[in-house]
Amino acid sequence: MANDVAPGETLISLRGVTKVFGEGSTAFFALKGIDIDITRGDFVAVMGPSGSGKSTAMNILGCLDVPTKGAYRFRGYHVENLERDQRALLRRRYLGFVFQGFNLLARTSALENVELPLVYRGEEKAKRREQAMAALEKVGLAEWWDHTPAELSGGQQQRVAIARAIVTHPEVLLADEPTGNLDTERSLEIMRLLTDLNRDNGITIVMVTHEAEMAAFAHTIIHFRDGLVESIEAKDSVGVKA
Amino acid sequence: MWATTFLLAVREIRRHLLRSFLTILGIVIGVWAVVTMVTLGNGATQAVKQQISALGSNVLQVRPGQGFGRGGGGPQPADFKIEDLDAIRVQIVGVVAVAPLVQSTGTAVYNAANWSTTVNGTNRDYFIAQPWTFTGGRRFTRAEEQAGKAVCIIGNTVRSRLFRGEDPLGKRFRIKNISCEIIGTLAAKGQGGFGNDQDDIVLMPYKAVQRRMTGNRNVRQIMVSVDEAYDTQRVQASLRDLLRERRHLNAEAEDDFNIFDTKQISDTLSGTTQILTSLLGAVAAVSLLVGGIGIMNIMLVSVTERTREIGIRLAIGAVAREVLLQFLVEAVTLSCLGGLLGLLLALVSTILLAPVLKVPFIFDIKINMLAFFFSAMIGVVFGYFPARRAASLNPIEALRHE
Ligand SMILES: Nc1ncnc2c1ncn2[C@@H]1O[C@H](COP(=O)(O)OP(=O)(O)OP(=O)(O)O)[C@@H](O)[C@H]1O
Ligand SMILES: [Mg+2]
Repeated sequence: MANDVAPGETLISLRGVTKVFGEGSTAFFALKGIDIDITRGDFVAVMGPSGSGKSTAMNILGCLDVPTKGAYRFRGYHVENLERDQRALLRRRYLGFVFQGFNLLARTSALENVELPLVYRGEEKAKRREQAMAALEKVGLAEWWDHTPAELSGGQQQRVAIARAIVTHPEVLLADEPTGNLDTERSLEIMRLLTDLNRDNGITIVMVTHEAEMAAFAHTIIHFRDGLVESIEAKDSVGVKA
Repeated sequence: MWATTFLLAVREIRRHLLRSFLTILGIVIGVWAVVTMVTLGNGATQAVKQQISALGSNVLQVRPGQGFGRGGGGPQPADFKIEDLDAIRVQIVGVVAVAPLVQSTGTAVYNAANWSTTVNGTNRDYFIAQPWTFTGGRRFTRAEEQAGKAVCIIGNTVRSRLFRGEDPLGKRFRIKNISCEIIGTLAAKGQGGFGNDQDDIVLMPYKAVQRRMTGNRNVRQIMVSVDEAYDTQRVQASLRDLLRERRHLNAEAEDDFNIFDTKQISDTLSGTTQILTSLLGAVAAVSLLVGGIGIMNIMLVSVTERTREIGIRLAIGAVAREVLLQFLVEAVTLSCLGGLLGLLLALVSTILLAPVLKVPFIFDIKINMLAFFFSAMIGVVFGYFPARRAASLNPIEALRHE
């Protein structure tokens, strides 16, 4: 059922996904039935006004949340039917997250932060060290491995967060406003890093951003408005479809 | 995974050293109280047993009169005669030794030193019924006993009062106009169960004491040592019958003597101290429970404080069980730490307190292990609720938590 998906084939598929918060008179429709397909190897930017449901959709894509109605297929799994712990295992195996607020463990070194997903994968300590160092290397922070988040700049913290997201070699990297707190210089740095990861490692990337300048790095741009997908704009050089 | 979880717990505890210490304080005090109480209680029980067994193990002590206090009015019951002892020896089965006690007091004089002491006239059987060790010399011989020779064996107090550093063996001292040769010295026994100095004693053949000190043929007390293989109760009953007969008591008359069973007294007394020990232990156990609530309280605070951390762990793929385990291990590590600290304190304080309270220090591995196990269990029980709360957090909400 959960077959591997070849590059260029559909990896993620949302059908009529609705998300309702609250009940009765206070019910709020954050998503009003969206259909999205994302192929393996794509680099997707999600844009839209504040409150249009971008984060809600990302949480569903990331298996952190389930739709109120509709279907979400990921690698053939019917995610909407999975138990909490089963979704956790999906996240552990296939997904990497970069959150808007970095969300690193405080008073914990960069290296240990990056090691964290490997701990839950049950990797041995030596292997964890090695892979975490490789991930830090990739984001250009190898020398900063023993610094705690408090001792790192915002851009560096975000790169640690990316290292943590990619250390398990996930199939999909989900980033909710990864450059939200950064100046343009740092933002472009992050975008180049994501582009590299997408191109060199074939990681499918879904990224929420407010800035057109950042969205320009993506191959596909999805526009949200009022809980609906307003438009899907595919650029010429789509993914690795070639 | 287990090792990692444990290391994580240790680090978390080290990070909040003061708070962790305050958290486990309840457990520390609880374990400390339980173990100290029970250890000292056991020591007290042991002390009582020792003091009683100093009276001789399995020994029936027979005295004229009713019970301890002589009942008022009426003629004083007669003392025993040496013939009573012979009868006991011959007629009662299961008797190992029968010793008379003819008591007198007097001032012992040696050179310039003098010391007022108790003289016990007795026979060779006395040394079977009473647990004495000799530091030198010997018992009376049968001949000395029968002739009532003025030979004596002295207790440690008498020895040190009269002879200081000198070797008393073979020396003579005077007591009530008897010149007495010292043939043996006894090892110190220390204070008896009733605060008396057991070593302030001079032992002589009973005939010598009767003839030259009390001036009559009475025997104040009889000690009957019972064979371990025989039922003391049974022996006591036949002893009673025999004495009633010999003292011509008719069926309606009450006993005019009493038989004091050291074993029975020992059992009763140690039973009492054991009950006291259990009671104190139970009171202390309540404080352990309070300690557990302290752990739960702080763990709940910790879960709230670390909501974001939990959110991160869940988001990157920790399953509920793993988060539960993390907090549970932390709680159990905390409570075990408290248990160990409590045991350590208890060890130190019992070692220090035992001599002050004049009870022997007995390290009881059972109560130590039980207290430790109990504190670990408290960690599990009181850590479970906060840990489950952590594990059931919604990752999205937890991540948003400030
Ligand atoms: N747990 C929740 N309970 C109730 N309402 C919620 C909840 N989460 C989101 N919402 C609502 O759903 C709507 C969409 O929220 P969402 O976070 O997806 O917006 P967004 O597009 O990510 O906005 P932003 O660009 O500001 O991050 C908002 O109006 C928000 O108030
Ligand atoms: Mg958002």
